[in-house]
Amino acid sequence: MLAAKVIMEQGVHVEGINFFTGFCVEGHTHAIREHNSSKPNRNNALWVAEQLGIKLHIVDVIEEYKKVLINPKHGYGTHMNPCLDCKIFMVNKAKQWIVENGFDFIITGEVIGQRPMSQTKSKMPIVSKQSGADDLLLRPMCAKNLPATLPEIEGWVDREKLYGITGRSRKPQMEMARNFGIEDYSQPAGGCCFLTDKFYSAKLVDLWKSQGTKDYELDDIMLLKVGRHIRPKAHFKLIIAREEGEGRFLQGYKKEFISLYCSSHPGPLAIIDGELSAEDIYFSARVVARYGQGRNEEQVDITITEKDGSERVIQVKPFAKEEVPIEWHV
Amino acid sequence: MFKQKMMQVFKETLNARRLLCPLPVIRTQDKVKQLQPGDLLEVICTDPGVMHDIPAWCRINGHTVLETSSGNHEYIITIRVGE
Repeated sequence: MLAAKVIMEQGVHVEGINFFTGFCVEGHTHAIREHNSSKPNRNNALWVAEQLGIKLHIVDVIEEYKKVLINPKHGYGTHMNPCLDCKIFMVNKAKQWIVENGFDFIITGEVIGQRPMSQTKSKMPIVSKQSGADDLLLRPMCAKNLPATLPEIEGWVDREKLYGITGRSRKPQMEMARNFGIEDYSQPAGGCCFLTDKFYSAKLVDLWKSQGTKDYELDDIMLLKVGRHIRPKAHFKLIIAREEGEGRFLQGYKKEFISLYCSSHPGPLAIIDGELSAEDIYFSARVVARYGQGRNEEQVDITITEKDGSERVIQVKPFAKEEVPIEWHV
Repeated sequence: MFKQKMMQVFKETLNARRLLCPLPVIRTQDKVKQLQPGDLLEVICTDPGVMHDIPAWCRINGHTVLETSSGNHEYIITIRVGE
């Protein structure tokens, strides 16, 4: 937001690009989980564009992003976050976009030292070079600490009016925001990508391990964001809704997976991912019963819905707490 | 006598059910590119976030939201494509 504002203040026409990889936190989490409904249910990129009065182009890069995540040249961060490769990929896509749409250069909001993996001073030229953007990539927030780029050399922007911010502190940016009269802004970065999340990353690794291959479809990575994931055996996994919003979301997958819920007592909807024997389904029913209000009963009814919509009811004894060991939780 | 110029308005429906934001916005954006100014697009979604996101996208890109409605966990937004 601030980088765009700095450049717009110099009379340059700016439009926004937002890449959707499938791993963005905000939109999906807000949509799925009931308990997030008190937060502003907005897409921050759209909101920022509207505040700035600029157009925003949201680009679906789900398919292309797979090669970045599956085989990152520069490796992963603390979890499954391929931050440097991700940045190179996105700047490369932005370079393609400006060529196709008649724009002259790219700006990003990067600040030297703000992120440990992808925003160090030594990584900045790597992103510029390996993305193919080279000196068409301008970072207005820290430009004074970097070699002049083409927009500065050509005088399209005044380098003297750019900034030299470094480090993790957001105080300089907050002061800039105040000076620009910007009172409301999205919270500083971190946690905007599921791949930086320890628990999500563990689920992704589990998915790849169970498949025997590092690959995914959009539905796979969406489902990793939802519910409790319990893998009692290597060949199947249960996804159990934690609240009503998640239950509604999982309803949408009843044609792709066997689903089950406790029909004699209030309880969550669950789907099962894997090839199942009758014994596995019975076993799964006992797990699901554990998460319903009939968990302390001797017997509960579990309704099982096949992918074709046919239903049957079985009676099971819910597992006790100690019968669902923590190791099953992905 | 006067001549009344009749404009043929094209109306298309986009099924964005089960998609979570920003995918309904992306699909809307892609569909609008295929339409002409004045055409109408009805987008049917299941993510309540579209009630904020699609109108915001329309505002910044010069399109008009004519109508929004919801019911039975579905959200329907009708857009008139701008210039």
